[in-house]
Amino acid sequence: MSAVEPRTARVDFGYTTRTLRGGFFSFRLPVRVVAVSAALALVAAALGIVALTLGDYPLSVAEVVRTIGGGGERFHRLVVLEWRMPVVLAALVFGAVLGIGGAIFQSLTRNPLGSPDVIGFDAGSYTAVVVTILVLGTRDYWSLAGAAIVGGILTAVVVYVLAYRRGVQGFRLIIVGIGVSAMLGSVNSYLITRADLQDAMAVGFWGAGSITRVTWTSMVPVLVGFAVIVAASAALAPSLRRLELGDDAAVTQGTRVGLVRLALIVVGVATTALVTAAAGPLGFIALVAPQLARRLTRSPGVSLLAAAAMGATLLVSAHLISLVVASAYRPVPVGLITVCVGGLYLIWLLVREARRQATTS
Amino acid sequence: MTTAVLAPPPARERPSRSLGPRRAVGLVVLLAALAVATAASLAFGANPLPLGAVWDGLLAKDGTEASLIVWDLRIPRTVAGIVVGAAFGVAGALIQALTRNPLADPGILGVNAGAGFAVTLGVGVFGVASVSGYVWFAFVGAAFATGLVYLIGAAGGGGASPITLVLAGVALAAVLGGVQQFLTLIDPTTFDRLRSWGVGTIDSTSLADTLAVLPFLAVGLVVALALSGALNAVALGDDLATSLGTNILRTRVLGIVAVTLLAGGGTALTGGIGFVGLMVPHVVRWFTGPDQRWVIAYSAVAAPVLVLVADVVGRVLGRPGEIQVGIVTAVIGAPVLIALVRRQKASGL
Repeated sequence: MSAVEPRTARVDFGYTTRTLRGGFFSFRLPVRVVAVSAALALVAAALGIVALTLGDYPLSVAEVVRTIGGGGERFHRLVVLEWRMPVVLAALVFGAVLGIGGAIFQSLTRNPLGSPDVIGFDAGSYTAVVVTILVLGTRDYWSLAGAAIVGGILTAVVVYVLAYRRGVQGFRLIIVGIGVSAMLGSVNSYLITRADLQDAMAVGFWGAGSITRVTWTSMVPVLVGFAVIVAASAALAPSLRRLELGDDAAVTQGTRVGLVRLALIVVGVATTALVTAAAGPLGFIALVAPQLARRLTRSPGVSLLAAAAMGATLLVSAHLISLVVASAYRPVPVGLITVCVGGLYLIWLLVREARRQATTS
Repeated sequence: MTTAVLAPPPARERPSRSLGPRRAVGLVVLLAALAVATAASLAFGANPLPLGAVWDGLLAKDGTEASLIVWDLRIPRTVAGIVVGAAFGVAGALIQALTRNPLADPGILGVNAGAGFAVTLGVGVFGVASVSGYVWFAFVGAAFATGLVYLIGAAGGGGASPITLVLAGVALAAVLGGVQQFLTLIDPTTFDRLRSWGVGTIDSTSLADTLAVLPFLAVGLVVALALSGALNAVALGDDLATSLGTNILRTRVLGIVAVTLLAGGGTALTGGIGFVGLMVPHVVRWFTGPDQRWVIAYSAVAAPVLVLVADVVGRVLGRPGEIQVGIVTAVIGAPVLIALVRRQKASGL
């Protein structure tokens, strides 16, 4: 772009100019993002097919593919399409949703650690669900979903307000989130210790994050929610990109900063609530997926599309691991696997960051 | 660490004149508070006994209901509260001084989680049932977690930021907690045995259990007090401390050993009482200033007061049942953590 280009043109066509000028840079970027996302989606689908073969009644990949294609024996159709498919689909959808939620919050807080699980929304959703199950004594999906959403939003508000002090700083937000999570965690423990063993173990299992009880009936509302979240985040993605430039720059490009940010927070909380209500907390996917996706796409910001594809791949891998462990030993809730692997990743990330700071300073 | 540089040197002349008497009086006041808290812990409980009955039961071990309640329930838990309170308080003060991190606490940094994980492993996999058996598991777990968190901190060249350490601890606690949860969920017996233990309770701790762990805690406490002078030097930064003649490596290793004994032993006994190690040293520093010798001595007395008071509050509020002391300290302690990060500068170390 030449220096003589009139200023008004830059303001009016702020976004398109970037793409035009890009020919080189910004045009190459989406290509890579799309390619990486497509590759990840393929990997996720392949892993999903492998997951469909595993279980008490092992099938071969060929049998599964034939069954999906419409052929196969009646029993195979029952096992693959009725029993295993909803779970694998849940792994893919929840993973994608968590990836989107993590990407939104990491972009909003401008901090790779600012994901809903670290900030404490998960804990809020979980506490609300524990109260619903143990105190109100209902396990109906819609009550749990409602409780998870209300609990998540309330916690989000509390954490945000407590962390606010002449602006919200990433560091403070995270520590406040940890503190609030600790309090909610102790409330959960208290309720669990008072419940009878059966209820307590049900809640404990739920709290570990499990997708194995998902059926087609319970997947319907999830898929509707997924569609809404994808549509909303696709609509908000350009604004999110502009917000990453900073509030002032975003305003000059015509973004209604306050409104957009609020909408993004709502979508982000909705992602956590959707998953928590259906499966319990699946920790660390939201934290890890956007960061791994960013490394693969080599993009400066967090891409929603790539984060979603990465989230789906990660969760379906975790599901696969849990199936393997289940066949070798005992059933494991998939949430425990995501927590362990994700936690180790976070530790590694911190060590690396600390090393890098040590070498640069 | 700019805050560390601001800490006054461990000089005796200046502060002792103004602070010395105040510190001694403060310690006496704290001991009095401990006596009051102990009395309260004996007097109040889920079973509302009249004070006279408690007194009679305490004096005469005659098998009446009151004397049974006092001798078999309230005295053991009071002793346990004092012992583990001192352990967690001093462990917190030590770990804050060692990492020069105002947000450090054995619970937040994952040390309790390490010990808890190892104990669950001992109970669930190796079938250990007694405290004297699984205290060893707790030590191994606590040592592992302390070492790991410390290494993560050291990876940044000696000055890992508070947030890095806290996050490393939280991540470690999440991983260990996840595996621990798996171990308890696959086995209802282990789940039932550990579900209230994991919260942090002193209600089911017997005197024998406390006595079994007491020697380790005592050694940890003595090491901590012996190290406190060297920790004052560490607060000045590694270079300055070395030039003052402090053996940094020895101080750190002994410090980690003491934290392991205190936090590991305390966790084996109670399942880990969070936030005590965070709150107490901060509050204590308002009175003592940054001199670690006084911070550690004060913490050893002030933390039991907090634990006993939290326990009594839990008993009174939770009637007819009770609220575990670890839950009460988390509810009090988390706001303290939030207040600490909201402050412009956390208390200098």
